[in-house]
Parts: sequence; C-alpha cells; structure tokens
Amino acid sequence: MAVVVAPQQVPIPKARGERPWGAWGLRTIALVYLALMIVVPLSAVVAEGLSGGLGGLWHDLNKFSAQGALFLTLWTGAIMTVINVVMGTLTAYVLVRYQFPGKALLNAIIDMPVAIPTLVSGLMLVILLGPQEVIGKWLDAVGIHIIFNWPAIVIALLFTTFPLVVRAVQPVLEELEIDQEEAAYSLGATQWQTFRHVMLPALRPAVISGGLLTFARALGEFGSIVLVAGNLPGKTLTAPVYILGEIESGSPRSASAMSLVLLTISFVMIILLDWLQRRRMARRD
Amino acid sequence: MATAASPGKRMATSQKVLIGIVVLYVTLLVAVPVLALFPKAFSHGLVAVVQSLVQKDALVALRLTVLLALIAVVINAVFGLVLAMVLVRQNFWGKSVVNAIINLPFVVSPVIVGFMFLVLFGKNGWFEPVVNSLGFRVVFSWPGMMLATIFVSLPFVCREVMPVLQEQGIEHEQAAYTLGASRWQTFWRVTLPGVRRALLYGVTLTFARAMGEFGAIMVVGGALIGKTETSTLYIFRALEERMYVAGYSAALLLAVISFATLILLELSKRREVKD
Repeated sequence: MAVVVAPQQVPIPKARGERPWGAWGLRTIALVYLALMIVVPLSAVVAEGLSGGLGGLWHDLNKFSAQGALFLTLWTGAIMTVINVVMGTLTAYVLVRYQFPGKALLNAIIDMPVAIPTLVSGLMLVILLGPQEVIGKWLDAVGIHIIFNWPAIVIALLFTTFPLVVRAVQPVLEELEIDQEEAAYSLGATQWQTFRHVMLPALRPAVISGGLLTFARALGEFGSIVLVAGNLPGKTLTAPVYILGEIESGSPRSASAMSLVLLTISFVMIILLDWLQRRRMARRD
Repeated sequence: MATAASPGKRMATSQKVLIGIVVLYVTLLVAVPVLALFPKAFSHGLVAVVQSLVQKDALVALRLTVLLALIAVVINAVFGLVLAMVLVRQNFWGKSVVNAIINLPFVVSPVIVGFMFLVLFGKNGWFEPVVNSLGFRVVFSWPGMMLATIFVSLPFVCREVMPVLQEQGIEHEQAAYTLGASRWQTFWRVTLPGVRRALLYGVTLTFARAMGEFGAIMVVGGALIGKTETSTLYIFRALEERMYVAGYSAALLLAVISFATLILLELSKRREVKD
C-alpha cells in the first residue's frame, strides 16, 4: 500500500474556493458523525456500568449465572477460534495454490455466512440437527447431543465466522512469491516443512488478525446462538443472551456490567488488530 | 499457478487429500445447512409458502426491514465516503484512534448495540430530555431501530472505499484542480468514478448486514407486532409461536435475498477482474 500523502503537503494548484475550509469541514463532519454514532452511545453504557462504582460492578458480576455466561462465551469462543484459524488457513491455501473443478463455487460459498442473517443461520442448524430431525434423532440415539448444548454454540460460531480467517489470509497468500516455495521444494523440503518454515512466517500476521477478529466477533454473537444454545443459566447461556435477559428483567445495571466486560475485551482486540495492521504496513514500506 | 506446489507425483495425493478436506468441511459446515432450509420450508408445498409470505404481519415486517436497510445504506454511503476521504487524504492528530474506532461496530455485540441506544434515549438517559422536548420517541420506535441499524452496518462502505482511494492517488485530482475544477466538480467527476466499484461493494454489504440485523433492533425496538417487528423478529416470533411454515418461509426469503446480494457481489468482482 502506498504511503498516504495528504494533498496539503504537496505544492498543488488550489481549487477555486476556500480549500482549507473544505478540508476542515469534511473532517468535522466525519468526526462528529463518529462521535455521535459510536463514541457517545458506547460511553453511555460504560457510564451506566460504572454508575455503582467498582464495588457495584463486582457485585453485579459476582453471580453464578453471570460468571457462567462469561466463562462459557470465552471458552466456546476460544475452541472455535482455534478450529477456524486452522481450517480457514487451510481453505485459503487450497483456494490460492490449487486448481480444481468447482473452485469458483467453493470460493463463493465461503461468503454466504456474511450475507445470511445470523438468526437464519441458527434456524438452519436447528433444522439440520434439531431433536425432531433425521440427523438430530440419529445423533441423539448414539448419545451425541449437539442442539441445546455447547457443541451447537461452537458450530453456530464456526458458521458465522468462517469467512473471516479465509479472507484475511487469502490476499496475503496471493501476493506471496512462489519462487521461495519452489526453492524449498527443490532443496528437498516436504510440503509441510515448506508451509511451516517458508509460508507460515509470512502469513502469521494475517492469520493472527483473522483469529483476533474471529474471537472478538464470537464474543458478541447473538442471533445464531439464541436459537440453538438452549440458554440454560450456568450451562448454555452465553454472555450476550445473559445481557438480553438482564435487560428484559429490568436490571440495566447488571446488563451494563456484563456489557462493560465484553466491550473491554472487544476494545483490546480492536487495538491489537490495528497495531498488527500498522506494523505490517510499516514493514512493507 | 496450478502445479506450483506439486513437484512430482508424490504431491498429487496430498493435494487431493487437502482439497478433499476443505471441500468436505465447507460442504458440511455451510452448504448442507443452507440447503436443508429449502425442503423444510417447502414441506407443505409452494402455496403454503406464498400464503405465509403475503400475510399482513409478514409484509409489514418485510417493508420495515427494507426501509431500515435502505436508510442505513444511504446514510452510511454518504458518511462512509466522507470518512474514507478524511482518513486517506488528511493527516490529523488522533487519526489512528479514529481509524480503530470505525472497526468497533464489527465486534460489539448486537445486544449491546440495542442496549446502548436504550440507555441513551430511554428513561433517565442522557438524550431523553432533548427527545422528549422535541416530542418524538426513539426507544421502542423506528428512530431507535434506525440508529441501531446504521451502527451495525457503519464500517462497510468506509472499509471498502479506503484502500481503493489510497491506491488511486491524487494525481488525477491535482490535474483537475490545475484545469480549474472546483472541489465539488473534482469529487463528482474524478474521485467518485474511481471508487465506484468499491462503493457498490460496500453498499451491498451494508444492505445485507442491515437486512439481517436481529439482536440490536430487538432490544431497542421492543418487537411490537405490526409496529417495530422486522423480518428477523417476525421469524423469531413465528418459531416461538410454533407457526413453523411462516417462520421457515420468511427465513427462506431472507436467505434468497442474501444469495441475490452475493451473486451481485460476485458479478461485480468478475467485471473488476476483466477490466
């Protein structure tokens, strides 16, 4: 990516009319929009969460159902992220390096989870694996309970976040020079050795940002989970569904306490992502 | 690039295995669930599907969904362009923070999105007096749902346009200025045509995301039947009330609209490659 050169730094002929005012006006519009749409609403929740002080915050979170929900969200998200990182990287590798019939279709299918409403994704999983359905009945008979259990949460999250790692890794892989790999092969390296020692170091930042985005996205997922998880407090109730329950039962303080925890984690993820991205760009220049 | 990673016959098997694993994974995880929706929705015949789709509640919900999505598209297209222009063409203190903030809607839980507008405009909220004195409602009404929909789909246009704008550079714009064009003329005749594809791409993603929103508008809108019930909320209620055909049909409709969106994206991508 090219270095951004602001027009002001280059001696360029001015447009008719007041250029500096135009630039200032545009910037003001952009910043006010972001402040009103994102910063102020988020601050309202943070302020609400902290309105009882840190003691109040701890009191609201020190409940079995709250901690269970947070714990469940974190560990299902972590398992899912590991699977998604491995399978997403493999998918990107196969899509970029190999030619096979149906490749274009496969590439198009990967974007589906982005376009399909999350609630509909959840519904699809219920239809496929629900206790009254063919596959669900068969699984039940074998003793595998997916729907209304934690595996359903993991599967729903895998479905909704599948494109994130693939689409983060794919463009980097496409840009990667092939001669290094060929050199590795000609020196007798196996495919795995070549991937591990030649490609992975170059792909690592993209893989990590895809993984971070996956995990951050998983923490907040609601639509696909609410239908498939069963939402039993302490067992299959995730943090976003817990927040909804607290709002509906009229305890905004408790809802905002949990929101504060999730927002903090999301915020850290976003900052990490931004840092990674900037480091990558700095290295390329 | 076909045989790039295949020195000799030995690789051929591993290549087949890897392709097999990926195809199987994508099929089981994505394709099969999507396809399973079709026979289920049509299990009572095509007539039942059509009948349930033209029910008054379903139509009202669909109209509200499309309306909210269109508003989100227009507002985020305009402000997304402004944001991209400012972030790519201007340097100012705190720019990197602004750049990171734009990503937040990608990761904030929809439930929290709805909740924050509830806190802001609801009882004892910071903006409650302002809104009350103006005499309209935000919470449990369409303005709140509009805000939530705009929020969740905010980053797409900006994120799609930014890299293209950056690559496009400023030479053409400078040339336009030299020839005496105004800022506005330059934007319409030089800058905008250059980012047209990216804008279309971002708008399509914005629309798809806005159409599918569920959690945020449920919390801020209250899911009042015939008033603040969108298509996703209608599906949710239909399932809870065991009106399965109605729920599945509406879900199928939304899925089909999503597919159409995707195909549009694919087509625009292909044209891009051709050019």
